[in-house]
Formats: sequence, C-alpha cells, structure tokens
Amino acid sequence: MTLLIEQTLNGIQLGLLMFLLAAGLTLVFGIMDLVNLAHGSLYMFGAYFCASFTAWTDSFVLGALLALPAALLLGVVVEIVVVRKLYRRDHLDHVLATFGLILIANDLVRAVWGPDGRRIPLPAWLNQPIYLTPDLPYPTYRFAVIVVGAAVALFLYWLVTRTRTGMWIRAGASNRTMIGALGINVEALFTLVFGLGAVLAALAGLMAGPIVTVSIGMGDNILILAFVIIVIGGIGSIKGAFIAAMIVGMIDTLGRALLPDLLKSFLSVTAANTAAPALSSMAIYLLMAGVLVWRPTGLFGARG
Amino acid sequence: MTELLTPFATWRGRIAALVLVLLGLLPLYAPWLDAAGIISQKFALTLMTRVLILAIAAISLNLILGYGGIVSFGHAVYIGLGGYAVGIMAHHGVTNGFLQFPVAIGLSALFALAIGALSLRTRGVYFIMITLAFAQLVYYVGVGLEPYGGDDGLTINRRSDFAGLLPTRGPDKTTAFYVVSFVVLLLVLGLVHRLVNSRFGMALRGAKSNEQRMQALGMPTFRYRLTAFVIAGAICGLAGALLANHTEFISPAMMHWTRSGDLIVMVVLGGMGSLLGPVYGAVAFLLLEEFLPGLLKVVLTWLHDGVAAVLGPGAGALESWLRLAEYWQIALGAILILVVLYARGGIDSLFGRPRHG
Repeated sequence: MTLLIEQTLNGIQLGLLMFLLAAGLTLVFGIMDLVNLAHGSLYMFGAYFCASFTAWTDSFVLGALLALPAALLLGVVVEIVVVRKLYRRDHLDHVLATFGLILIANDLVRAVWGPDGRRIPLPAWLNQPIYLTPDLPYPTYRFAVIVVGAAVALFLYWLVTRTRTGMWIRAGASNRTMIGALGINVEALFTLVFGLGAVLAALAGLMAGPIVTVSIGMGDNILILAFVIIVIGGIGSIKGAFIAAMIVGMIDTLGRALLPDLLKSFLSVTAANTAAPALSSMAIYLLMAGVLVWRPTGLFGARG
Repeated sequence: MTELLTPFATWRGRIAALVLVLLGLLPLYAPWLDAAGIISQKFALTLMTRVLILAIAAISLNLILGYGGIVSFGHAVYIGLGGYAVGIMAHHGVTNGFLQFPVAIGLSALFALAIGALSLRTRGVYFIMITLAFAQLVYYVGVGLEPYGGDDGLTINRRSDFAGLLPTRGPDKTTAFYVVSFVVLLLVLGLVHRLVNSRFGMALRGAKSNEQRMQALGMPTFRYRLTAFVIAGAICGLAGALLANHTEFISPAMMHWTRSGDLIVMVVLGGMGSLLGPVYGAVAFLLLEEFLPGLLKVVLTWLHDGVAAVLGPGAGALESWLRLAEYWQIALGAILILVVLYARGGIDSLFGRPRHG
C-alpha cells in the first residue's frame, strides 16, 4: 500500500514535469503551427544552465532562478534567428530544420560543458525525506517538484483563461490571420509564446536535473514523450496536455514499479526487469495509437 | 535500365550516369586509391557499402515521401525489422539467405501494412506523430528482447549464406558484398522508376497534389497510398537485412527515431521526388558525417594562419583551433538548416530542372 501511494506520487510528479514540457510545445504547435523538435534541447539547456549557476552561486534555488531568464533569452534568440523563418513553411521543413537545431544544441553543450554528465547537488533541506503520515516518508525534493509543477500549471491556467495575453494566445490558436487583422502584433506574440515555451521546458529540465543526471541528449527521448502527450491531448489544448501528461506519467511510473513483480510470476527475474520498462513505454505508444485511431485529432483537439 | 540512362542530353542525366558509374566501378579503382595513399581499400568499400544500403532505404522513403507526400517519421523501423529478422534467424542457426531475406522483406511488408492501415487515416502532423509512435513501439520491443541482447544488441556470427555463391568470409567478402549491394541498388532504382511512371505512380503523385480531385476521378487514394507504404516498407526491410549482414550486428539503435530523421534528411538533401535524389542524399550525408571533421580542420588551419598573419602570436596555438573540429555536428546542423531555408530542391535540383514537376 505504501509502495502504491509512493509510486502514485512519483507518477503525479513525472506527469507534472511532462506537462511543463508539453504545455510549451502544444502552445507553439497550436499557435504558430510549428513542429519544434528542438524543444527537448531547451529542456537540456535549462538543466545545464541550472547546473552551472548552482555551482557558481552555491545554491540550487538561486541557480534555478538564474537559469530561467537565461533560457528565456536563448528561446527568444533562437526564435528570431531561425524559427521565425519557418512559420510559412510546411511541417516537413519544421522537422528538418529543428532536427538540425538538435545536432547544433547537442554539440554546443559538449563544447561548453564537456562530454561528461553533471549532477546538480541539492541543499540539505531538500535532500531528506518528509513524512506525509508518520509511516510514509517521501523525498522532499520530489514533493517540492509536485508543488512547483502544480503551481505553474495553475498559473498557466490563469494566464491563458483570465488575462488579455491569454486571450490573444487563445485567439491565435483558433485563427491566426484574424488576430493580425484585429491589430495584434502577431510577430511579438509569437516570440513571446516561444520564449514562454522555452522557460517552461527549461523549468522541467532543471527540476528533472537533480533526479536524473544532466547529460547530452537528455531531451531527445523525453521530447518524443512530450509529442505523444500533446497528440493524445489534442494539439493546442492545454487542458488536453495536462490530462494526457497525467495519464502518461502514471502509466510509465506504475508500469515500471508494478510490472516487474507481475512478470516475475512467468518470466525469469532479469527478463522481467528489462521487459517491464519496455512494456510500460510500449503501453504509452499503444495508447496514443489507440486514441488517434479512435479520435484522429486527439482527445481535446480542435484542428486537424 | 537503358531507359534510366538514356537522357544523356541533359546535364541531369549525365551526372546521374556518372554517379552510378563511379559507384559501380569502385571495386576496380579502390586498389588504385589505396596505392596512391588516398584512402584504404577496405575502408572505402566498407564505407561505401553502408552508403549504398542507406541509399536503398532512402529510395524507399522517397517513394512515399517524395512521390506520395506521405511524411513517415518512422521509416527506420523497417531497417530494424529486416535486420532483426536476419539476426534472430542467424542466432538460431538459420543462415540460409534464400530463407532470411524473404522473411525480412515479408515481415517489414506486414508491419507496413498494419502501421499504414491505421495511420494513413490521420493527416498532417498527426500522421508524422503516429508513424513515430509505432516506430518507437517496435524500438522498445527491441529493447525488451532480452534473449537477443536487449538494449546492447546482438552480434551476428555468420552472414547470410546464398548456397555458397557469395563468399561469407575471407578477403573477398567485402568486395563481393559491395557488388551485391550495388546490384540491389540498381534493381531497386529500376523498380521505383517503373512504379512512379506507371498508372499507379501517376495516381500516387496525383493524390499528393490534389487528393480530392483524384477521388472525384474515382481513384481509391487510400488504397494507392497504402500500397505505396507497404512497398516502401518492404524495400526498406531489404535494406535492413543487407545492413545487418554488413555490420554483422543488430541493435535497437538501428531503429531509433533519430535514424528515421537521418533518412528524411538524406531524401530532402538529395532532392525529394527525384529518382536519384536519395542516392545523392545518402552519399552526401554519410560522406559529410565521415569527412566533415577533416574538412573543418583544413578550414580551421587556413583561418588560424590568416589570423596569425594579422595578430601574430595573439592567434594562439593551432591545436586549440583544431580542437573545434570535434564539434563538427554544429556545422552539419547548420548545413541542414541552410538547405531547408534556402535550397529546397536538394542536390538534384542543382543539375537542372527535374523532368516531373
């Protein structure tokens, strides 16, 4: 029972991280109609920025707070230099050009930070368990990730549904030409949205940093998961991204935690231990294929 | 084949013929290159065999991407399927190539039929993502296949045996395998050439430019697309079977999504919807991957000498400049972005207007 609660919390935590990554991606996708494979690179840069700033300031919190504006700057520069030229092209061009950006990003990181992975050290107050109930310890850091992730999700909800900027974003997602005609500075709005996506990706990356090792290409596989999430949720839908991220986070975590014991009843121990992560990853892709066959534009998708 | 090489009247045709002749005669002039100290014979043949095999895979992708407008982002999965069919059969002692290759091709065709039947119902970005998802699905099956090495892959101890017609060991095997790969490449080129110029190919290309009109003309566009998808999968499975024989090793990395990205890059770099475009693309991409670091070193040496001529010792040591060549993927990525932004037609369009728009 304790295991189940702990793993459920881990699932929520992974789901929230994935949501941060997917939210930026789905906004960029929904509003600019841009397939951005380099979104995973922004995630990676967030983690590396945080590792450097943490080493420099000797404080994880300060390091994280400095990494976010750095990621914003990076996102805006990338948007102005490369991405802006892609909006009028087709999806194949987006895929290719941002694939090129991934190659550049990975080697740039290798040039600046070296080929070895980095660890982000946690301060003592985050590096100990908290007791949710007297006999249920849970790592404080993972709990903090859940709190921050939930807070950012709420902030995004407020930003998109309650503010003027959010109104422009929603209008942009449903009809780009029209908001231009209504006198909104579309170019600036696009840069803003791309920058916001970069900050969200970097936040996900730097929060994942202390849990996994910060390494080159860390964004490449998680990016595909983020794409799966926004496709399941429906492109452009933040609500869809949130629900799909939670489902995917749960399947992945619970699959990895519970499947090995289940498989051990009819497989050898080593076979069960390798098959379980593979099976839970497969389950996610099967879910996506199923959703798309059933609803070709995702759960909450408006556009094809 | 003759109809393929007849248009000598255009530069496009002449260059196509020249490239094919240069590739086909490599085993003859490779010893000469070796003797001249340019490149070792074994290295040249090994590298170029890889180029030929990936060119076959890229040609199969071009059939659906270039002619059909179907952006499949999971095409490397068939390389993996073909490779695993050969590897797993060899692992169990079945090394008869006349058995291995049909199984590899059939398995890939079967998967392409299943993936295509489900995913061709979706459009645009959803299609890109669903093909990617299916490819990742098979990738994770490979990772989970513990008896066949799981993530680490599996070494193939014996190459496919074609009743002893092909040397599977000894010094001749590299040359023999190169020749076989080249012949397969020619056969695949001939097949795709006939396909795209047939009624079927016309319908496929018509569906790319205006699907509604093709449907109004009574063409079952879905069935045509699916057929093309299956043929492309089968050809790519053949490439996978060849690749497994070439590297004598299979692993899930063969079908990672970045490999699918590489195939798209080859097709677009070479020229979409042109018969030989994927061949140029494969040659250019793999040679860039191999020789870009060396090329960068030459450029960096020039730059260093230039700066040193102005600044003197302020330019720093040549070694620290040359270290930058390690990061050649930055240059590769930049080339890719520049091609996408400014050279949409790919290499093939540099040689004149394609015959089909």
